[in-house]
Amino acid sequence: MEELFQQLTNGLAVGAIYALIALGYTMVYGMLRLINFAHGDLFTLGAYLGLTLLAAFALEGKMNGLAVGGALIVMSMGLVALVGYLLERIAYRPLRNSNRLTAVVSALGASIFFSNAIMLAYGARSQVYPGGILPTTAIAFFGVEIPLMRILMFIGAIALMLALYWFIHRTRIGSAIRAVAIDQGAAKLMGINVNSVISLVFLIGPGLGAAGGVMVGLYYGEIRYDMGFSFGLKAFTAAILGGIGNIPGAMLGGLLLGVIEALGAAYISIAWKDAIAFTVLILILIFRPTGLLGERVADKL
Amino acid sequence: MNKTVFFRRHFSLAAGCVFFAVMACVPALLDFAGAARGGIAQLDILNKIGIYAALALSLNIVLGQAGMFHMGHTAFFAVGAYATAILNTLYKWPVFATMPVAGLFAAAFAFLVAIPIIHLRGDYLLIVTIGIVEIVGIALKNNIFGLTGGANGIYGIARPELFGLVFSTPKLQYGLIWGFTALSAGLFYLLEHSRFGRALNYIRYDDLAASGCGINVARHKLAAFTLGAFWAGMAGTLFAANIRTIEPTSFNFYESVILFAIVILGGSGSIAGVLFGSFLLIGLQDVFRGFENARMLVFGAAMMLMMIFRPQGLLPPRRRHYDAHAFMGKFPSALTPLPQSGLPTSMLSSAVLEDSLAAEARSKTATGNAKFGASCPS
Repeated sequence: MEELFQQLTNGLAVGAIYALIALGYTMVYGMLRLINFAHGDLFTLGAYLGLTLLAAFALEGKMNGLAVGGALIVMSMGLVALVGYLLERIAYRPLRNSNRLTAVVSALGASIFFSNAIMLAYGARSQVYPGGILPTTAIAFFGVEIPLMRILMFIGAIALMLALYWFIHRTRIGSAIRAVAIDQGAAKLMGINVNSVISLVFLIGPGLGAAGGVMVGLYYGEIRYDMGFSFGLKAFTAAILGGIGNIPGAMLGGLLLGVIEALGAAYISIAWKDAIAFTVLILILIFRPTGLLGERVADKL
Repeated sequence: MNKTVFFRRHFSLAAGCVFFAVMACVPALLDFAGAARGGIAQLDILNKIGIYAALALSLNIVLGQAGMFHMGHTAFFAVGAYATAILNTLYKWPVFATMPVAGLFAAAFAFLVAIPIIHLRGDYLLIVTIGIVEIVGIALKNNIFGLTGGANGIYGIARPELFGLVFSTPKLQYGLIWGFTALSAGLFYLLEHSRFGRALNYIRYDDLAASGCGINVARHKLAAFTLGAFWAGMAGTLFAANIRTIEPTSFNFYESVILFAIVILGGSGSIAGVLFGSFLLIGLQDVFRGFENARMLVFGAAMMLMMIFRPQGLLPPRRRHYDAHAFMGKFPSALTPLPQSGLPTSMLSSAVLEDSLAAEARSKTATGNAKFGASCPS
């Protein structure tokens, strides 16, 4: 029972990160019908930039652990958002009107470019986040010890997602984003600057991904230049699981996938852990390609 | 047949014959040029290029002809290579005997995998096929069925042997591999120009119109997928016999991306383009071996730039040419408007129909399928 509870909370913490990354996929897909393959690598970039910033400002030990974590996340988000914006301008905007395969291949090229650029800059070996930035204590729930870090991760990710949800559904710019996702032509006629809305989405998505990257660094303590591929593919699975183009769907899909994977690794086989996510992906595409919340077609974002 | 049309129509065939004739002379040329140690280093690279060319040609019918975004081809390549390795090392089958079996294994696997996913739209199919490569890689690493040897793979695969001739030197290997590549190019050329190949092209252009013209889209896609996997499995046999030690890392996602890029950057749907792409991507990989790390960075940037400036690839497929006279009697509805509009017959003789789809659509109309034929685009 305790084992189950531990796996559940671990799954929820990892799932919250999948959900954060999945938001980037789902927003871009809802907007441009493009799988942004480079998104996973922007997430990796976020993790590495977090590490660099930590060293550059010598933040460790200066402030409270939570403040350090928060500062890292915010700065890394800002930088990666900028990279995401440039990516859209350089690699995707010229292809806006060409066929879909062309844009997908360009995205793949961007993904290969980023992961190898990270490898060249930081080396092929995995890098270690210094431990002890966040408190390592555990809190007892009904007699089960849950590491505080897990809870912080979960809360942090959920807070970011709620902020995004509020932004998309309660602000003027948010409704412009929704309008562009539903019909670009009509949105343009209504006086919405479609290009800047798309740029905005490419700022928000990679920014959230970078937050996920720093969290992964803090949580696992170890990052690799090629982790974006498996995290990215799993986050994309999460986006499809929840219904691609649908923001609450990406959150639900991420949490669900995290739990499925944690339980599968614990009770089926740890060696097949990565295969579980892909199996879920294939099954969902065969049996329910619209995803769990995919019916609200009009509400694509 | 009109001379110009004849020349245009058979240009690719002639160019292909010349190309493979030149390739056949390469070992002799290397000897003549006095390459170090009989040109072993060059032949090894050319052997790798040959295997990838055959493999990319088999991907080309799925990706280039049928237009399915399939990025999981190394999964079938892996199934073929492992089938050969297992049959050869455990059951002592001669390598050549394993070749058709490897192809069949790969085809059967592809068929089973494809049935549920064949209807998926473009990029969803792409993601699922990536998932398949990953699952196959994990399965191989985890020593599935206790046969694949885990992360170490399988070593000690025998050299291929035919009627007492053992293909042991790089030169003999070269003959075997490029013979197979030439055979692949020839067969895929015939396939491209067959009824089946034309149907696949039609599906790529417009699957709705194709199904309106009586083409069973799902069945054709499934057949193309299975056929491509069959050929990839046989290429897997050659690969296993050439390097003699196979391990899961030879079949990972990056290999799949490179294969995909060979077809897309070379010229999707064009045999010449795919051959060119193999030389470019596999050959340059070797030339830049010293810059191992920066290599993939440049490769990624090149993919982006190509898509922005030349999305059709370096050597896109040539337009198909048809002798208008040959159609005159057969399909009156197709060409009668021309003489009526007062065109001199001399112009008509060199008139060239743009591509096979038009002819296919018209032939449907002409053979009485008027109801659907009318809606077929020309």
